[in-house]
Amino acid sequence: MSAHAINAPSARQKWVAGSLVILYALVTMIPLAWIMITGFKSPADAISYPPKVVFEPTLEGYVNLFTTRTRQTQEFLENNPPQNWADEIVRQYDMVIVGPSKFGERFLNSVIIGFGSTFLSVFLGTLAAYAFSRFKIPLADDLLFFILSTRMMPPIAVAIPIFLMYRNLGLSDTHLGMILLYTAVNISLAVWLLKGFIDEIPREYEEAALIDGYTRFQAFYKVVLPQAATGIASTAIFCLIFAWNEYAFAVLLTSATAQTAPPFIPTIIGIGGLDWPAIAAAATIFLLPVMIFTILLRKHLLRGITFGAVRK
Amino acid sequence: MAEVSLHNVSKKFGKTQAVVDVDLTVPDGAFVVLLGPTGAGKTTTLRLIAGLEKPDTGDIHIGGASVNGLTPAQRDVAMVFQQYSLYPHLTVRDNLAFPLRSPILKTPEDEIARKVQDVAEVLHIPHKLDNKATELSGGEMQRVSIGRALVRDPSIYLMDEPLSSLDAKLRADLRVELKRIHAELNATLLYVTHDQIEAMTMASHVGVLDEGRLVQFGSPREIYENPKTAYVAARLGQPRINLLPVGVLEAPAPAGATTMGLRPENIRQGDGHDATVTRVEHLGDQTRLHLKLGSHDVITLTDPHSSLNPGETVQIAAQNPIFFDTDGNRVA
Repeated sequence: MSAHAINAPSARQKWVAGSLVILYALVTMIPLAWIMITGFKSPADAISYPPKVVFEPTLEGYVNLFTTRTRQTQEFLENNPPQNWADEIVRQYDMVIVGPSKFGERFLNSVIIGFGSTFLSVFLGTLAAYAFSRFKIPLADDLLFFILSTRMMPPIAVAIPIFLMYRNLGLSDTHLGMILLYTAVNISLAVWLLKGFIDEIPREYEEAALIDGYTRFQAFYKVVLPQAATGIASTAIFCLIFAWNEYAFAVLLTSATAQTAPPFIPTIIGIGGLDWPAIAAAATIFLLPVMIFTILLRKHLLRGITFGAVRK
Repeated sequence: MAEVSLHNVSKKFGKTQAVVDVDLTVPDGAFVVLLGPTGAGKTTTLRLIAGLEKPDTGDIHIGGASVNGLTPAQRDVAMVFQQYSLYPHLTVRDNLAFPLRSPILKTPEDEIARKVQDVAEVLHIPHKLDNKATELSGGEMQRVSIGRALVRDPSIYLMDEPLSSLDAKLRADLRVELKRIHAELNATLLYVTHDQIEAMTMASHVGVLDEGRLVQFGSPREIYENPKTAYVAARLGQPRINLLPVGVLEAPAPAGATTMGLRPENIRQGDGHDATVTRVEHLGDQTRLHLKLGSHDVITLTDPHSSLNPGETVQIAAQNPIFFDTDGNRVA
């Protein structure tokens, strides 16, 4: 046990390591903090130079993001007092809220397509990886190489064939089409990552379960899956990040019904120039699902794989 | 419990012939121990019976019916793996309950609780029931894996060196415990080991495997006293049987015999040939004497309080030797 133990770090080493980690965290978090703060600035504060660190926070950006507004005459404004706090914010520009913006819808599309394709990639990837890991498959190596080869060129290189194909198949601008597309891109990553994880799970567990009275599928479900949780969680995060952030195909293939948030955000235009607070608010909200998803799965990422109960 | 039999079973892994033409019957209620060195096909034999491997040729019967083509679950066998194979994501309690909760057994939860508690007590692990399987010592893991088999009432228990990683005391305790379980439940056991004490103390029958072939099958005594080959003779006995060329010690050798097998306890001291003591091992209850007889090494036992020293000379003579021909087969 202790034969190979490394000396415990000294207080000084801990202090240096801790400072480096904090410094690095600060550097990487500055852009995030900048976006989040900008979301609460007024349009004037957002573009002021030098950037304002101290400012009067406002929800204007968020109101602009979620609503559509029109300019009204003084007479109309006087006869129709503001209905709520959001109304009051837009009144300062002599405007009234006429309805919700498309952002909610686009955000929901992102959720459906992002999580849908993540689920499908991980689901299919796990089954395929298990099969590659455990069964004798003819030409297994060639098949695995083929799966990997689908990622050897940038997906956007086949944008035009896909665009034409989708148009003919009626998949353009549909949720299903985008889910299938992102799944196709992610599946090779999922199969390869998960195969590595499942290879590490000793077969003895399944053999024990088979003898304990379970079928192969039940053994997979009850014994392999719980132990592959770490791999499944990290694969899911990678798949979600790709599908969530994908921009090029989303611009090309979606417009009215299935448009996701990334192509929508740059179209948020304010009065007299880009509405930076609204864009920053959109970016902030857009970041949240991936952050929450990662935090929820963090336990599985950090736990590591338990090899303890099979003697090597 | 049921009789298990193998008929001309062979299994190849690539170019390696793991099991060759094995004919073996484990009678109902028997405690059969398979002996053999690493690679002799012991574990493969267990896995063939369990259904984890498919035989290339031959038939396996459990309780009189052929099980070829049945899944491991359908064969109703319990197996203790050498590598424990505890489910690391489950507690000890859930590990023990796992086979009882299988779709085949579907035991009611109150019965599961009772059985798990009983088995835990037999194996001295009731205080560990709520630990994760990974939070146990090697010996505890091994006991849980034995327990996972014992909670069931299968047609046969298959055990692959289940005591190999326990300390001496626990091993002795569990030997007695397994023997008791065997007697009480009238269980059928097929047990793989290379520990001859386990074989001699627990087995009703011993099968000796050599490179995938079943060389001899019989009672432990029969195997010890009447080995069919020099290889079988060398598998049992501690210290090992001395194999000497015929003529080194005087004894009436039958025609065709080239090798004389002489158990350490079958060497008489005080008359016969001179041999030089090279080493004396005092083991407490016995003393082993390493001798040089001409150019041959011989090991024998002597009085625990022997005062012999290396370099001294003793006279030895053969008593009840057994003989083998050039191929190692028994001659007389």
